[in-house]
Amino acid sequence: MAKVKGAIVIDVDKCKGCEVCVEACPTDVIGMADEVNIKGYHFAEVKNPEDCIGCANCAIVCPDGVITVYRKKVKA
Amino acid sequence: MGELRLMKGNEAIGEAAIRAGVDAYFGYPITPQSEVIEYLTAEKPEERTGMVVLQAESEIAAINMVYGAAGSGKKVMTSSSSPGISLKMEGISYMAGAELPCVVLNVVRGGPGLGTIQPSQADYFQAVKGGGHGDYKMIVLAPASVQEMADFVQTGFDLAFKYKTPVMLLSDGVIGQMMEKVELNDAVPRWTEEEIVEKSSWATTGKKGRERNIITSLDLDPSSQEKHNQKLQAKYREIIEKEVRFEEFQCDDAEYLFIAYGSSSRIAQKAVKIACERGHKVGLLRPITLFPFPEKKIQQMIAQLKGILTLELSAGQMIEDVRLAVEGKIPVKHYGRMGGIIFTPAEIVEALEQKIIGG
Amino acid sequence: MKEENITTTDIISDENLVYKKTDLMTDKTLSYCPGCGHGTAHRIIMEVVEEMDMTEDTIGIAPVGCSVLAYEFMNIDMQQAAHGRAPALATGIKRTWPDKMIFTYQGDGDLAAIGTAETIHACNRGENFLIVFINNGIYGMTGGQMAPTTLPGMKSSTSPYGRDVKLMGNPLKITELVAELPGTYYVTRQAVHTPANVRKTKRAIKTAFKNQMENKGGLNFVEIVSNCNSGWKMSPVDANNWMVENMFPFYPLGDIKLDGEKVNKE
Ligand code: SF4
Ligand code: SF4
Repeated sequence: MAKVKGAIVIDVDKCKGCEVCVEACPTDVIGMADEVNIKGYHFAEVKNPEDCIGCANCAIVCPDGVITVYRKKVKA
Repeated sequence: MGELRLMKGNEAIGEAAIRAGVDAYFGYPITPQSEVIEYLTAEKPEERTGMVVLQAESEIAAINMVYGAAGSGKKVMTSSSSPGISLKMEGISYMAGAELPCVVLNVVRGGPGLGTIQPSQADYFQAVKGGGHGDYKMIVLAPASVQEMADFVQTGFDLAFKYKTPVMLLSDGVIGQMMEKVELNDAVPRWTEEEIVEKSSWATTGKKGRERNIITSLDLDPSSQEKHNQKLQAKYREIIEKEVRFEEFQCDDAEYLFIAYGSSSRIAQKAVKIACERGHKVGLLRPITLFPFPEKKIQQMIAQLKGILTLELSAGQMIEDVRLAVEGKIPVKHYGRMGGIIFTPAEIVEALEQKIIGG
Repeated sequence: MKEENITTTDIISDENLVYKKTDLMTDKTLSYCPGCGHGTAHRIIMEVVEEMDMTEDTIGIAPVGCSVLAYEFMNIDMQQAAHGRAPALATGIKRTWPDKMIFTYQGDGDLAAIGTAETIHACNRGENFLIVFINNGIYGMTGGQMAPTTLPGMKSSTSPYGRDVKLMGNPLKITELVAELPGTYYVTRQAVHTPANVRKTKRAIKTAFKNQMENKGGLNFVEIVSNCNSGWKMSPVDANNWMVENMFPFYPLGDIKLDGEKVNKE
């Protein structure tokens, strides 16, 4: 059975720390960093990379266009 | 020679616009200039040249339709009368700021407020000194005949595109409503889309083969806003340098000078004749551009003059520019009527004798 | 069967790309507050312009309000309008460039207060362009004053004890109002706070542009109910929840007019 795995790249310095992506992720991949970025925001970071399914929900709701999403079919 | 016709000033403007290849007219009816849009809609310019004519919901909407189309490189005009022009002032300021070309006709009536529907020249300050907010100028042309109403459409667009600025034709109810013989230019075709893209590379015509174009008057950075303003001021200086237009009438050996524009200048011409018959050496200077004002010409004449009488259908507005030019060297007095009343040549000569010669 | 051993770095490569910010959004940092729906709304409009291959033919109009600088972020030809006048600018452009794709982007103060006349008359004339209306019930840019769409009882800096409709008048449902006019062809109300809503709104914008392209004869009006977490003084996530609980009952999402016909809600 084919399965998909995803990965996201967060452009950390563009993130405004709004947490909208955290809410949108169905598999709880994203969390907020303890550190702050150059703008002074606690930025979004990938907490559970293995769980990402590449659905792009996070990127679609991110108001600032911070997230890039990749997805690959893998054989299980 | 072009086609000769007997027309009202307001109709001549409409016909001249179609023939000048104007792309669009947006307006709102107001007396005494509703004939402009009436003439245009009756002429079906959409069939003659493809010109768009639209009656907007307000003068504010009309001037902003002009902004949009002008920002996309089109030749656009609007017209109104005093209270309506007040409403357009916001849009004119934005267009001056965004450096957009257009022609705005004001067929001036008596004010302030709703005033009268009779002719007046009380919008000089509004046209020449600003009217809208901010440090800007419009080129202001003052037609004195139906012929000039027609001719200044093309002149206005030439200047508007040359300097990327709104141009106002400051007329009044006399010129707008009177019928005269007018020689009309042959029609020139409207610019093609390719010509517009080429001529107005700054316009928003779609980002094709270039970086995007932005039409705005906003700059949140004060230092770059100041730079933009300095650029506007340099443009206005160039206009002052190159675009002053006026007409002289018996000025060569004049000892006294009438200065009058538009309809007043026509009455003043008759007054010059009467005054000469009464033994006074009087000339007439008619500014055709009110901005830029023929300041240098006035200064050149000071040495030969004993006094100047400005003639305006207002409480005296242009007189301030005359006095700035004269710098107190000779007496400058005003004679005018207000509220839509027009002076007679005899009244003018009497004012000359009382205020200047005897004064 | 053993799972293929695949790492994040294997996945992150161009051939696996599924979502990336469109190049039609510039790289400028958006001037909006964290979590503000404006950014998402801008982006999906630009995505549609890109997907429909109309970059070279689209001209947008920015309003006065929070999104006054929209032209800094949308990488296409743009004009900036005086407060409320965007539909008049759009009329001027569309009438003289009928083949161009024109849209205005306006907030509630711009569209439903100072620009009400321009909005209603452009709709009523059936101008063939798109109005995108961002309704967040508040004047964001000037610091959270009452908007024409502020809910009854809702606090703002000029209704500090809540909007008293007896004193301050009622919120204006301008979208329902323009749907009544014969000149509108497509009128819908959407939101951008969840992935599903973003996708729906994007479809709505696509429909609107298609209508315009096919000259369906009428104005396309897409309202996006959005948050203003700074104005509402909430965290972005709380603001979205508050919007769902309070704004949506008053401004229900969905199509109001399709293909020139009012949608029967019963
Ligand atoms: S792509 Fe989907 S699964 Fe992956 S982080 Fe984003 S929302 Fe979560
Ligand atoms: S939605 Fe975007 S801006 Fe907000 S926290 Fe996530 S990545 Fe950052």
